[in-house]
Amino acid sequence: MTPTRTFKVVRAVLLLAFAAYFFVPLIAMLDFSTQARGSTEGRTWDNWQFMVTDEDLRSSIIASLLLALFTVVLMVALLVPTMVWVRLRVPRARGLVEFLCLLPLTIPALVIVVGISNVYSWVTYLLGDSPLVLTFAYVVLVLPYSYRAIDAALSAIDVATLAEAARSLGAGWFTVIARIVLPNITGGVLGAAFISVALVMGEYVFASLLHFDTLPVAMAGIYRSNPAAAMAAALASMLFVALLLVGLTFLSRDRHRHDQGAS
Amino acid sequence: MVGAFQDGDGRPTLGNLDALTSDAALSALKGSLVLSATTALIGAALGALLAYLVVSLPSQSLLRRTTLAISGVLAQFGGVVLAFAWIATIGSVGIVTKAMSDVLGVDIYGSGWLFDLPGLVVVYAYFQIPLMVIVFAPAFEGLRPQWREAAVNLGASTWDYWRHVALPLLTPAFLGALLLLFANAFAAYATAAVLVSQGQPIVPLLIRQAITSEVLLGQANVGFALALEMIVVVTIVMVAYNLLLKRTSRWMR
Repeated sequence: MTPTRTFKVVRAVLLLAFAAYFFVPLIAMLDFSTQARGSTEGRTWDNWQFMVTDEDLRSSIIASLLLALFTVVLMVALLVPTMVWVRLRVPRARGLVEFLCLLPLTIPALVIVVGISNVYSWVTYLLGDSPLVLTFAYVVLVLPYSYRAIDAALSAIDVATLAEAARSLGAGWFTVIARIVLPNITGGVLGAAFISVALVMGEYVFASLLHFDTLPVAMAGIYRSNPAAAMAAALASMLFVALLLVGLTFLSRDRHRHDQGAS
Repeated sequence: MVGAFQDGDGRPTLGNLDALTSDAALSALKGSLVLSATTALIGAALGALLAYLVVSLPSQSLLRRTTLAISGVLAQFGGVVLAFAWIATIGSVGIVTKAMSDVLGVDIYGSGWLFDLPGLVVVYAYFQIPLMVIVFAPAFEGLRPQWREAAVNLGASTWDYWRHVALPLLTPAFLGALLLLFANAFAAYATAAVLVSQGQPIVPLLIRQAITSEVLLGQANVGFALALEMIVVVTIVMVAYNLLLKRTSRWMR
């Protein structure tokens, strides 16, 4: 069926309308963030510089980036060995692990916060009140997404054969996981890391309700005194996250292509 | 590890459940349900339309792939940044507000509707529509051209095809996506938290008030009760979703 001409015109108009709805707010943010302060005319990048010059904002950006890094490291350290182990030794537990990993997806984040606010008063008591203690909560939060990415990568390779070959050549379990399995699932792990970073950079619910100064919380705070700078920071973080997510789609497309090539 | 966190979840006494029937809690629940239902319906309708437009493009078209990629990004997009984006657009000094008053002399800012329920509907649609596109586009792609050819061969008009073949096939997928969008809107918090600073029109904001209140002590347990209420609603939705998913997968292979 070739589309008729009328249909093509209608389609173009509608697509433009959707594009306007989705892009006008982003352009508005750019416009807002480059406005000079006060009623003076003209454009300025001062608000963008504010991200580096302002003490609070800068420290919150660093906190968010470190949080993202720690979350990814802890997530990989926990998830990869567990999933490999389950696949090789206790296949019966796979359903359970999958259920546990996907659970945070169905429970609203807000509800989890309410649940762990008591736990966190202990955590901050024991480990100090640096925002980095949020790592533990964020690992749970990114579990569903990372699980899917890593599970897809593990399904694509023959873990059992690889592990047996390595074991029969005298490798220990650590070597098997770190030097045999991990290099084979780099794509999946990278994908999991990307989406984790994206989630952590934008996470507001946990940080604000548990009173930690991460980037989104700082943005919301600064908005009251300097809206334009908050807009600039928001747009910058949005672009960063968008870049990661677009990279993710390219990663998964490459993987598909490899799959097709192999089969 | 997840289980450890869930244990901290409230073990509410009946007293806290009583708080759920208070006026504030009931109106917040109503607000939440109305908001989620409205944005789910708007998101599902417009998202399905956009999905159809995109799928009708040739499969190698750059526009089609870009739209799907952008949808993937925007569906994850929410929270503080989204709230800011809309304040910059139709807030009191937003560019659309200014353009409208300059060109048409219309004041679309009004009395600050952006910062209440109607505003939340517009803002939530921003991530609901892309989510619908990525959830629902595969359903359109699953409609095989052969089915249409078969219908046409049997003498069906375009209308007959949509009425008797495509729509019945798409309905379960559509309803499933609708439920997913409902749960998504129901659970969203950050955007509303930044936009709405006065009053508690929806349940998540009432929970915020309960657990961060400095005026009323001992409200934390009410927060637990409200959280339980949210779990109940989401569980119902997710169970229904899974039932529909089973029905959908019969055709969408």
